[in-house]
Amino acid sequence: MEFFVVQFLTGLASAASLFLVASGLSIIFGVTRIVNFAHGAFYMLGAYVAYTLTERFEGFFGFWGGILLAALVVAAIGALLEIVLLRRIYRAPELFQLLATFGVTLMVQDLVVMIWGPEDLVGPRAPGLRGAVDILGLAVPTYDLFLIVLGPLVLGALWILFHRTRWGVLVRAATQDRDMVAALGVNQTWLFTSVFALGIFLAGLGGALQIPRNAVTHLMDLSIIVEVFVVVVIGGLGSVLGAFIAAVLVSELNAFGILVFPKISIVLVFLVMACVLIVRPWGLLGRPEGPARQPAGLSIRPWHPMSPNQRLLMLALVVVAGFVPLVAGNYVLTVLAEIAVFALFAASLHFLMTVGGLASFGHAAYFGLGAYGAAFATTMFGAPMVASLLLGPLLGVAGAILFGWFCVRLSGVYFAMLTLAFAQIAWSIAFQWVEVTGGDNGILGVWPASWASSPAAFYWLALAVSVAGIAALRVLVFSPFGYALRATRDSALRSEAIGIDRARVQWAAFIIAGTFAGIAGALFAFLKGSVFPDNLAIPMSVDGLVMVLLGGIETVSGAVVGAVVYKALAIWLVSQTDLSKLVLGAVIVLLVVAFPKGIVGFAEDLMARRRARTDDGGAALAAPAKAAPAAPGSGAAPIAAPKMEAAR
Amino acid sequence: MRTSLRKSVAFAALALVTAGSVARAEGEIKIGEINSYSALPAFTEPYRKGWQLAIDEINAAGGVNGKKLVVISKDDAGKPAEAVTAANELVSREGVALIAGTFFSHIGLAVADFAKQKQVFFMAAEPLTDAMVWSKGNEYTFRLRPSNYMQAAMLAEEAAKLPAKRWATVAPNYEYGQSAVAVFKELLSKARPDVEWVEEQWPPQGKIDAGAVTQALLAAKPDAILNVTFGADLVKFVREGNTRGLFKDRAVVSFLTGEPEYLDPLKDETPKGWIVTGYPWYDIKTPEHDAFLKAYQAKFNDYPRLGSIVGYGTMKAIAAILAKAGSTDTDKLIAAAKGVEVDTPFGKIVFRATDHQSTLGAFVGKTDVRDGKGVMVDSVYRDGADYLPSEEEVKHLRPQG
Repeated sequence: MEFFVVQFLTGLASAASLFLVASGLSIIFGVTRIVNFAHGAFYMLGAYVAYTLTERFEGFFGFWGGILLAALVVAAIGALLEIVLLRRIYRAPELFQLLATFGVTLMVQDLVVMIWGPEDLVGPRAPGLRGAVDILGLAVPTYDLFLIVLGPLVLGALWILFHRTRWGVLVRAATQDRDMVAALGVNQTWLFTSVFALGIFLAGLGGALQIPRNAVTHLMDLSIIVEVFVVVVIGGLGSVLGAFIAAVLVSELNAFGILVFPKISIVLVFLVMACVLIVRPWGLLGRPEGPARQPAGLSIRPWHPMSPNQRLLMLALVVVAGFVPLVAGNYVLTVLAEIAVFALFAASLHFLMTVGGLASFGHAAYFGLGAYGAAFATTMFGAPMVASLLLGPLLGVAGAILFGWFCVRLSGVYFAMLTLAFAQIAWSIAFQWVEVTGGDNGILGVWPASWASSPAAFYWLALAVSVAGIAALRVLVFSPFGYALRATRDSALRSEAIGIDRARVQWAAFIIAGTFAGIAGALFAFLKGSVFPDNLAIPMSVDGLVMVLLGGIETVSGAVVGAVVYKALAIWLVSQTDLSKLVLGAVIVLLVVAFPKGIVGFAEDLMARRRARTDDGGAALAAPAKAAPAAPGSGAAPIAAPKMEAAR
Repeated sequence: MRTSLRKSVAFAALALVTAGSVARAEGEIKIGEINSYSALPAFTEPYRKGWQLAIDEINAAGGVNGKKLVVISKDDAGKPAEAVTAANELVSREGVALIAGTFFSHIGLAVADFAKQKQVFFMAAEPLTDAMVWSKGNEYTFRLRPSNYMQAAMLAEEAAKLPAKRWATVAPNYEYGQSAVAVFKELLSKARPDVEWVEEQWPPQGKIDAGAVTQALLAAKPDAILNVTFGADLVKFVREGNTRGLFKDRAVVSFLTGEPEYLDPLKDETPKGWIVTGYPWYDIKTPEHDAFLKAYQAKFNDYPRLGSIVGYGTMKAIAAILAKAGSTDTDKLIAAAKGVEVDTPFGKIVFRATDHQSTLGAFVGKTDVRDGKGVMVDSVYRDGADYLPSEEEVKHLRPQG
């Protein structure tokens, strides 16, 4: 009995740490709709800054002052980031801000190592709270009790802030209906900045409060970002109380779960999230979003199949690509084969996100399952390479059929997070089922057959499969099925009214995207010769998202360009410098600011504008003036621009 | 060579990649090196300093077979797929004679499999997994660092001397943790059939919920604990364990904790009396180590970590193999590496012919706090040769043919 009480308290202490960070994320998302990937980075910065301050100013006031000051410093950095970077891209397609914050995260990871050094730092214990209190004969750290009290205190303070101040009322109004708040003349620019700063303050505080119990490392951000996002989604987006309940739920389930299943921690939060979302599609305390006011498709140029000239151009490009082995060396060919594989992977995700309006955060699952399928076929059944390439993706298809059936019942970020949950569950199976998958040591010896083993031959194979796959996806976009899918994206209500079975169409799209991702994964297995759980882990999913967003989410095939640019850049940077994350992050941030519609989106705007200039009648097709990024400090309501419903 | 033609490749980024390539210079031997420099700088920076020192010394002494050694070093970003790309670049473009390095076990295995496929010599520096030289061992791969099995054997020997009967384990939930616990359990149970295993905890690597894990271990009331966590997880575990009294009157046996990489961050919170493997650079008084220590401190104005020893030893081993082979031909390198003797700061080591594992050992001692810093005391060097299964026994562990 004593033990269970103490274990419960331990769970509450973990919940408090989790809640502090999650509440900030929830507030930011609720108001600005930014999927703030950099939230973990600010949490980490909070810990690093607090370490420096508490080492410098010792004693009681030095420590607690240092913690508070660290959170304020980080909040100031956050506000600066919002003003300098995010303000410019509120008008960009939804989720594009994710790309910007991802770039920032990459940069921060390298910057903290440059500033604070690579070694783990261990900060001081909290003065006055070093020891333990005897509860029912067991020692409970005083600091845990402090956190247990602090969690509800912060929750209460936020409640007062949101319900008893004018600013809080505006924030709640913006969470419910941003367009209406903008229409009523509220200066959203500063509302957004202050909300962002408050959210980051909480993240920084959460990080700073970790120093008496944790080590400060440059890997802290990754260890928390996904978890807090899960907590926010379980609780219901924008609901601070929901985040608190979810944090307690997850922490207590973990504290007691490990007594029965000591290996459960690795997948627990995702299991909880999957269960909650299947039963309650908007989280515990979240509310369904109203139907979109602004029909999509108005802000973008209508899509057209390629003209004969464009087809010829593409054919010429493919032919040129086919002749590259005559001039390129083996290494370059292998890199190009990898780029081709990722172009197909990105194109499959792009199909789901752009045509289907379904942003998946777990698309690597089908890529990885395809890779594992190919590896199983080769190593377990001794299948030849061609058979493995055909059989392998079936595992990805099976995964997409199963997971997709659950996912398409959801929409928007909840859909995205459920795909993430399934991807993580698939990952943990690959990671844990050592007898079959080899665990984290993977499956080795998946090399191509002799006819495809030369770099040139494999490059041709990858190029052929990739081009065929991308072409097939394009054909699908302009098929009746593609139109039906776009209808479900643009207006779920209207499409259902005219007899389109939304769930079935989206499920089919999910399976199609999973199939092509699986094909890319099978090719990838043979390219690398080995398969690891990494292939279906979060960073792979994020890579896919980055490629799609970089290419341009409002385009038909922008992901291909995004994949080529991102992958070529990443491979080159990793080869050239140890600071590849810093440079890559900076490049992404610059691209985001320069091309808020993605690279291909930008190019299409440019061409449309030129066409409009030469052809008066084409004015209607020209990009609207609002496509240009908002001038900083213009005070314009950032969200007023029509948007695609990509993440609704 | 088609270097001049390659410039016409349309992709600008790739053209830049190729621009760096130079024709192979006469009078030098190129060594390709890959490690997780950006992902794990705390371990790979000292490692890099170690091999840089070794290369300086080797070249100052005239190189190998009259040729200078040149290392081309690549980052793998902590991902096996990137490591294979890097290995491919080194082999296909740079034309290196052999490849070396890696830290993570799965990355080491991916590169080893690449080496087997491309028939390149691979000197694995740091990966610990036993699969490296046994179940997934191959003809082209050799490994320097004392393996998981060897560390477990050294610790199990000490653990068997303890009176403790009820044991609990805590290890990160991945292959390293799993096999460390499995081997330790097997060896300790063999030596002490009276031992009982009462509790096991498997926190995810890097995400330990230390309070809950500590409490779960406490509830099992073990006499002794085997710890395999390291890095930030170890810090959290130690802090919770200290505060909650988990380590009071309990023996703790802990993998790698005596290595400066893991011990130094703990400072005055270092728990006392843990039996650990590690590297007490401050207490080793042998001429080989003195010379290494002096040279290292003079060059870098820093003290060495275990990674420094591994990096230094890796290049010394490669130089010895190249010298013995008298050639950079892969088959000759493999033949030369079997049974080659190498001088390291820990003394002479041998690469075993059967399983390609070096006999580099480790220090076993107890943790203590000295001047507010964590140290190892009563350390004894354990020769790796004494903790490996015999060459006869390992034969059937490796894939045949």
